[in-house]
Amino acid sequence: MSGSADRLPRLLALVPYLMSHPGAQVGEVAEVFGLSEKQLIDDLQLVWMCGLPGHTPGDLIDVSWDGGEILIDNADTIARPLRLGIDEASALLVALRMLAAMPELAEVPGDALPRVVAKLERAAGEGAASVSSQVAVDVDAAPDALPRVREALTGRRRLSLRYYVPGRDEVTPREVDPMRLVVADGRTYLEGWCYRAEAMRLFRLDRVLGADVLDVPADPPAGAEPIDVAQGVFRPSPTDELVELEVTAAGRWVAEYYPCERAEELGEGRLRITLRARDEDWVLKLALRLGDTGRVVSPPAMAARVREEAERALARYAHRS
Amino acid sequence: MSRRKTERLLNLVICLLATGRPLSAEQIRHAVPGYDRDGDEAFQRMFERDKNELREIGIPIDVVRDPWEDEPGYRIRRESYELPEITLEPDEAAVLGLAAQVWQRASLAEAASGALLKLRAGGVATDETVGGLGPAGGALELRVDTRDPAFPPLWEAVRDRRVVRFDYRGSGSETVRTRTVEPWGVVSRRGRWYLAGFDRDRQAPRAFRLSRITGQVATVGRPGAVEVPDGVDLRSMVGFPEEPVEERVAVVRVRRGTCQGLRQLARAVRPSSGDPAEWDEAELAFSDPERLAGWMASLGSDVEVVEPPDAREAVIRRLKGALA
Repeated sequence: MSGSADRLPRLLALVPYLMSHPGAQVGEVAEVFGLSEKQLIDDLQLVWMCGLPGHTPGDLIDVSWDGGEILIDNADTIARPLRLGIDEASALLVALRMLAAMPELAEVPGDALPRVVAKLERAAGEGAASVSSQVAVDVDAAPDALPRVREALTGRRRLSLRYYVPGRDEVTPREVDPMRLVVADGRTYLEGWCYRAEAMRLFRLDRVLGADVLDVPADPPAGAEPIDVAQGVFRPSPTDELVELEVTAAGRWVAEYYPCERAEELGEGRLRITLRARDEDWVLKLALRLGDTGRVVSPPAMAARVREEAERALARYAHRS
Repeated sequence: MSRRKTERLLNLVICLLATGRPLSAEQIRHAVPGYDRDGDEAFQRMFERDKNELREIGIPIDVVRDPWEDEPGYRIRRESYELPEITLEPDEAAVLGLAAQVWQRASLAEAASGALLKLRAGGVATDETVGGLGPAGGALELRVDTRDPAFPPLWEAVRDRRVVRFDYRGSGSETVRTRTVEPWGVVSRRGRWYLAGFDRDRQAPRAFRLSRITGQVATVGRPGAVEVPDGVDLRSMVGFPEEPVEERVAVVRVRRGTCQGLRQLARAVRPSSGDPAEWDEAELAFSDPERLAGWMASLGSDVEVVEPPDAREAVIRRLKGALA
């Protein structure tokens, strides 16, 4: 909220904040409002110039910040913040309804959720309640492995997982020190230190085929940092090989399903897609699945591998049909 | 916004809140510094713009038309301006803190943090540490992403009950068609956003995946024009039909030591009668032969669908397609 267009709404929140937190420190208030101390002082100087019509010293808002301690007076007209706008109330209400729909995940005490929803609906202007019911977020929140994973998280124990990797069609055993649950892109993931990869990894819970809580305390390395999932859960590494595919309209799902570097329209719904491949086997499987709805353009060696494998597979069918 | 303008607007808000009776434009012009030096027309334009800006940030300005006066009067009613007194119990504050983090960096992030800021300004203790919630006390991160460029304009259209028009490519379709839709709501399912509404061209309720919208979303007509039918269930509008009952069984030969995922999902796996040293035979439940064929083709020469014939043919067709 540091842009100049947001300044008036910010001032209309700042004044009530200072009224309800008398003696607050400049540094602390600047942090709450996401400002530098200099920007905050500038805001205070502006507020100090404003007040009731007449604008005699007795009409103006009185602000002081001697010794970094902010005191405000004579601002009773705007002592309360503006009520919540429809966007503001809806953003919170939608999120609260989403929490309400996943009790297995968010262990919300008692009836706190409906109580907050009721209070917010009252605090919001008209319409926010009905708009927020027009937005719904569905999360697959209760995969089978969840109880065991939670047990390990709460007890800070190491987990032994059998984890299915569809891209390679493998089930691999993993020992993982669980660190947190992440709900993103509509799925639930366990984030933890994977001893097999010697790195932080996200495990999609519906792909955990088995989970045992080990009698070993979880002890992730001190430097283990959470994965930034802001740009999506699956992000290919910039060192992965670039693969170019051409797909027909029936193969466009590839561009919706996997993060692409580029997607170029070729007309009639066809697309040329460039993506980073985790490994060659993954590309091979994708190309075989696509059949005549897509083909590998480059690298040429990959295209050749797809043809060879298709031939090998067809030979089996020819042999017995 | 210039500093001088911010000052003028803040003074205008204070003036309109403080007044007991509605003030005419002329009275406001004298009471609020920043207007006085301008000519009549310039003042009128400036005052109109100022009122609009205040309304845009959610400040309700009352326009009072007294039959005995020529000019309307203006004021802000305290009860419609002010955040009502609200207090949160610690458990409620924790829930709210968890809810506010859901939109981090998504398009409603600013709205969520703005709401939290207003509540804190109103003296409500909000809790952003989310202590004690979720397993292992706060070891839970919730995130909803809205990466589709069509999300913000559609959200606004839903909010303002406004008809929208956009270009859309149906699943697997070779052509893009313009759709005109009365938006009923937006739904996220498995991380993907859908618009649910009434398709005016098809004259039927339809759901649209946001990632298949190409180009801009335009609004058509006035706000408030859309009526959302009572009892409409948005979730079921975008829900793919529940996974159909798996009623058919395929027999698949699987190379020993490969296809672990398939083996996990198979109803039964036994050594193949033809070549028990190298091959197993698995039984897979399925309903759609094309879906099964996509999966089986992806496994290449490590599997062979033995029966039923339609599934076997579908795999052969895919493999031939990959060869071309």
